[in-house]
Amino acid sequence: MAQKKVTACVAGQMRLTEDVYSMWIEEPEMASQAKPGQFISVYTKDGAKLLPRPISICEINPADGQLRIVYRVVGAGTEEFSHYQAGDSIEIMGPLGNGFPVETAGEGRKAFLIGGGIGIPPMLELAKQLNCEKQVILGYRDVLFLQDEFEPYGTVYVATEDGSAGTKGNVLDAINENDLKADVIYACGPTPMLRALKAYAAEKNIECYLSLEEKMACGIGACLACVCKTKEIDEHSQVHNKRICKDGPVFRAEEVEL
Amino acid sequence: MNLKVNLAGVELKNPVMTASGTFGSGAEYGEMVDLNKLGAVVTKGVANVPWPGNPTPRIAETYGGMINAIGLQNPGMEVFIKRDIPFLKQYDTKIIVNVCGKTTEDYLEVVERLGDEPVDMLEINISCPNVKEGGIAFGQDPKAVEAITREVKKYAKQPVIMKLSPNVTDIAEMARAAEAGGADVLSLINTLTGMKIDVNKRTFAVANRTGGLSGPAVKPVAVRMVYQVANAVKVPIIGMGGISNTEDALEFILAGATAVSVGTANFYNPYATVEIAQGLEAYLRKNQMDDINQLIGAVR
Repeated sequence: MAQKKVTACVAGQMRLTEDVYSMWIEEPEMASQAKPGQFISVYTKDGAKLLPRPISICEINPADGQLRIVYRVVGAGTEEFSHYQAGDSIEIMGPLGNGFPVETAGEGRKAFLIGGGIGIPPMLELAKQLNCEKQVILGYRDVLFLQDEFEPYGTVYVATEDGSAGTKGNVLDAINENDLKADVIYACGPTPMLRALKAYAAEKNIECYLSLEEKMACGIGACLACVCKTKEIDEHSQVHNKRICKDGPVFRAEEVEL
Repeated sequence: MNLKVNLAGVELKNPVMTASGTFGSGAEYGEMVDLNKLGAVVTKGVANVPWPGNPTPRIAETYGGMINAIGLQNPGMEVFIKRDIPFLKQYDTKIIVNVCGKTTEDYLEVVERLGDEPVDMLEINISCPNVKEGGIAFGQDPKAVEAITREVKKYAKQPVIMKLSPNVTDIAEMARAAEAGGADVLSLINTLTGMKIDVNKRTFAVANRTGGLSGPAVKPVAVRMVYQVANAVKVPIIGMGGISNTEDALEFILAGATAVSVGTANFYNPYATVEIAQGLEAYLRKNQMDDINQLIGAVR
């Protein structure tokens, strides 16, 4: 079964920080299919705002038929979502994209799960599903969120730009300060962070998977709005472009040019 | 009840088609929409060779619309012929290939190459506002419109649709030029050139600086232009520009369009095309009419 667009039901919503919200959505079919690293398109109820907001899936609970998204209010669309309460309807399409390759980890392997800012949420479901030694490195500007929810699944390291918690600096500073080692990296966050991790992984010769972001329209690979540059010519596009929504959002670091 | 319409000898099971660039070659939306229920699928623009398109960001949302500057990224005609035409041939719908090029020769190469392929019609894109060469450069001067239409018609084995730009002073003049050049059908409107500024980043919202505005915001402009063109030429018209629902589609048909294309609406309602086809039938029933053709250009 492929993705579909449905009217689902908000199961509950909580504010995590001044501008970060956590919402559980009831949609049993999507919850049974979703994988860590996939995303959903969320549509506003304002007819003047046409395009869906792509938001990563933070947690999946197939038993309860629910998905969780954790998102930041960055504009009028996400602002609307932040007012939704349990019982409200929500228009969504999903699950979209390819998730992180969970099968690449395994017992005996050491993984970095790295999230920067609003790239942190998808790492939570990945942390739950990966079966290996997990070191979770989370980068924030200042205010922390979700960090305690990672505790059951791995060792958590925090970096903040203002030094208010953990290492002062970015996620690579936290890796260096704690002298951490890994043989596979999974990451989601701002492009400068991903670019630095791509270089780090290349230098240390570590397998590395990056989840990218771009403005999207269709969310399913038809409109070619959300492309990223690729090293090789892509078979589908026949040029050095891949579709983030359909071919990603997770790519092997060496596949993409950031 | 008859929903069939005729475009230059090609019979569509209903007047609803997709707008080029919003629907790929149908494979992605085909997972959600039954392509057999569409009058035609109009493909993303195809060039003689692969085109990489523009840098990102390529789109931005605007009030009641969106701006895009994809830049006609496409895999080139050979891959299109090998992969996308066989895919579409599995369905009981008409195949209309949108053709783009940088030079007249580019267009002709694609038109000629598609001649023996199982394609029902060609839509010639002389109105893309987002590429530096070709595209709109052919669509803003009546002499150029007539000349390229005439050239394309020399080589085309399928009926030719000329897709017109709204970024002109007098759309009727362009329509007459295309008709004079031998166009079998006209489609309009392509997007309106627009701009959005990102006030937080203090830069252009799309990397190309300008982009094509589409969506409900442009619909009244599009309906007016379809009406003007319908009164200026004899060839059939495919109307498009912000069509989201049955009522929108009916406006275009009543203004003079024989068929309609659904574009941006696919992005917020993947089922829009099929819903509109069903809605047109319901409208006829409700108004005790038995033929969609009775509505074409009924408002004068």
